[in-house]
Amino acid sequence: MPTVDLSVSPLRELNQALHGQKAGTNDTLWEIVNPRGSHAVAVGVAAPISIEIRGSVGYYCAGMNREASITVHGSAGPGVAENMMSGQVVVKGDASQYAGATGKGGLLVIEGNASSRCGISMKGIDIVVRGSIGHMSAFMGQAGNLIVCGDAGDALGDSIYEARLFVRGTVKSLGADCIEKDMRPEHLDIVQALLDRAGIADVTAAEFKRYGSARKLYNFNIDHADAYG
Amino acid sequence: MSYTNPPTTPRKSATFDDYTLSEIRRAATTGIYDIRGGGAKRKLPHFDDLLFLGASISRYPLEGYRERCGTDVVLGARFAKKPIELKIPITIAGMSFGSLSANAKEALGRGATAAGTSTTTGDGGMSTEERGQSKTLVYQYLPSRYGMNPEDLLKADAIEIVIGQGAKPGGGGMLLGQKITDRVAAMRTLPKGIDQRSASRHPDWTGPDDLEIKILELREITDWQTPIYVKVGGARPYYDVALAVKSGADVVVVDGMQGGTAATQEVFIENVGMPTLACIRPAVQALQELGMHRKVQLIVSGGIRNGADVAKALALGADAVSIGSAALVALGDNDPVYEDEYRALGTTAGAYDDWHEGRDPAGITTQDPDLMSRLDPVLAGRRLANYLKVMALEAQTIARACGKNHVHNLEPEDLCALTIEAAAMARVPLAGTNWIPGQGGF
Repeated sequence: MPTVDLSVSPLRELNQALHGQKAGTNDTLWEIVNPRGSHAVAVGVAAPISIEIRGSVGYYCAGMNREASITVHGSAGPGVAENMMSGQVVVKGDASQYAGATGKGGLLVIEGNASSRCGISMKGIDIVVRGSIGHMSAFMGQAGNLIVCGDAGDALGDSIYEARLFVRGTVKSLGADCIEKDMRPEHLDIVQALLDRAGIADVTAAEFKRYGSARKLYNFNIDHADAYG
Repeated sequence: MSYTNPPTTPRKSATFDDYTLSEIRRAATTGIYDIRGGGAKRKLPHFDDLLFLGASISRYPLEGYRERCGTDVVLGARFAKKPIELKIPITIAGMSFGSLSANAKEALGRGATAAGTSTTTGDGGMSTEERGQSKTLVYQYLPSRYGMNPEDLLKADAIEIVIGQGAKPGGGGMLLGQKITDRVAAMRTLPKGIDQRSASRHPDWTGPDDLEIKILELREITDWQTPIYVKVGGARPYYDVALAVKSGADVVVVDGMQGGTAATQEVFIENVGMPTLACIRPAVQALQELGMHRKVQLIVSGGIRNGADVAKALALGADAVSIGSAALVALGDNDPVYEDEYRALGTTAGAYDDWHEGRDPAGITTQDPDLMSRLDPVLAGRRLANYLKVMALEAQTIARACGKNHVHNLEPEDLCALTIEAAAMARVPLAGTNWIPGQGGF
């Protein structure tokens, strides 16, 4: 198991080594120690490897991840798993702003809380937050699922397209064109499956409410102009 | 003797002119502001308001057709291991697949490659046609991230972080549902047929300190191989360029108000931003004060039309220019050959700007298969290559007349201004005087 100590090795060497890993590599488990809040740790990885990061990271950890399973044993700064395409990213602590922003695929699990703009412009990623999320989350969310076991802040799902939002606790306010919707059986299945994948056993899908697009802003209409704020 | 009132000539208001009246009626009827493509149509101070001072006795000209005048340019050598090397300092600006047809993107790639320059993607991501035909391709990293794909990022020769564009600094866009076909919808992860609202700001950073870290992320992902451009709409060029340099950009692109757009509000296009001419000197000043002029390259865009515009932008301190609207015209956009069809759309060749509606008779700004097929990408690419080469020749001709053996040796001293406005904006003397009105203007 390769271990990279970021207090000794430059970030550039770490990322280049990770970019050198391809499917079939023997080095399937990597450990990164002493990240000490570094930015851009393990970004652009494109191999089915596991990466354990021992400590907290700065901006954009695991950005644009493809295929890798990356676990942050600490908290993550802004933009964790930004534009992730596939694979899995787990943050054991809290995440700052823009967690999973513009993500196209894969699973992001945040075991603590996430700050504002969680899942902003999400485009297919699944995000599970054990705690609560801040304001403007899932703004312009196009696709994917955001599951929040705690509460959501202001303007949830503002200008949303077809992302599905599930919140167990309270929602401070809904954004433009975002409404509460019925939880149908298929939605219960989606939530339960993602809770299971996230390893969350003390919460059940039946406790969640679903939010999504009213589809009034899909095509501009002057009679809906008030909805634009 | 009796008097009768003589007939008087009806007088129309200069304020409420025919166009303004028609716009009021259109707004009242439709309930939506006018959305269109293209750039500002109002008359603005521009490169036409500058003249070159050719050589006579006090300056020594070079001989055309015999003495060399270089046009090559290297972009992005500040940090990137693989900077961009172009034969001519004229690049193709970002225009999205989705806004443009696949044939148009292919034609841009063919034309640019033949002329020795680069093309740029757009909001819709990287199309196979464009990558396939473009020797040098710049991949735009846009606020919407509609077409963002790390695999494509690694195929790019440079990355352009788009913060704004000249037609709409601070604004997002609107691609109407008619153009969201299956392929466009798939590339953008959008339900087919709905209006696409582009974001006006990046979702995952909020200021220059964040931008610096965002650039670091992109450099780490690309192993520091690829130049990073930062593109801003021309509004506060001195500060925006300084902050882009501080954030670590290899190249800064400043897009003036005459720059085009695929689709946005007419009121925005015509009323927000600064003329291209006014953007260059503050941008250059910022680079000079930071000791980065010619180290971080400056690309200027927005209404570049011919070799004289190119030469003037370079003389004012740009390293290269970028063209969008002019490239589309070179491909065949707004060609009078389609006049009957333009009239059927309620307009005329030369004025057609409803590019977002997907009904472009020239087959360029459309996703309609029948219309698309009208554009032969090989022929259109050849037309673009011809145009680019002519522009370079024109710029060389002017540079030689000013005694320069490279177009980058042109300088503000080679210029004078025809109007006080242009003199102030370009910071060159009014013709026949040594007067440069005003200073500052950041």
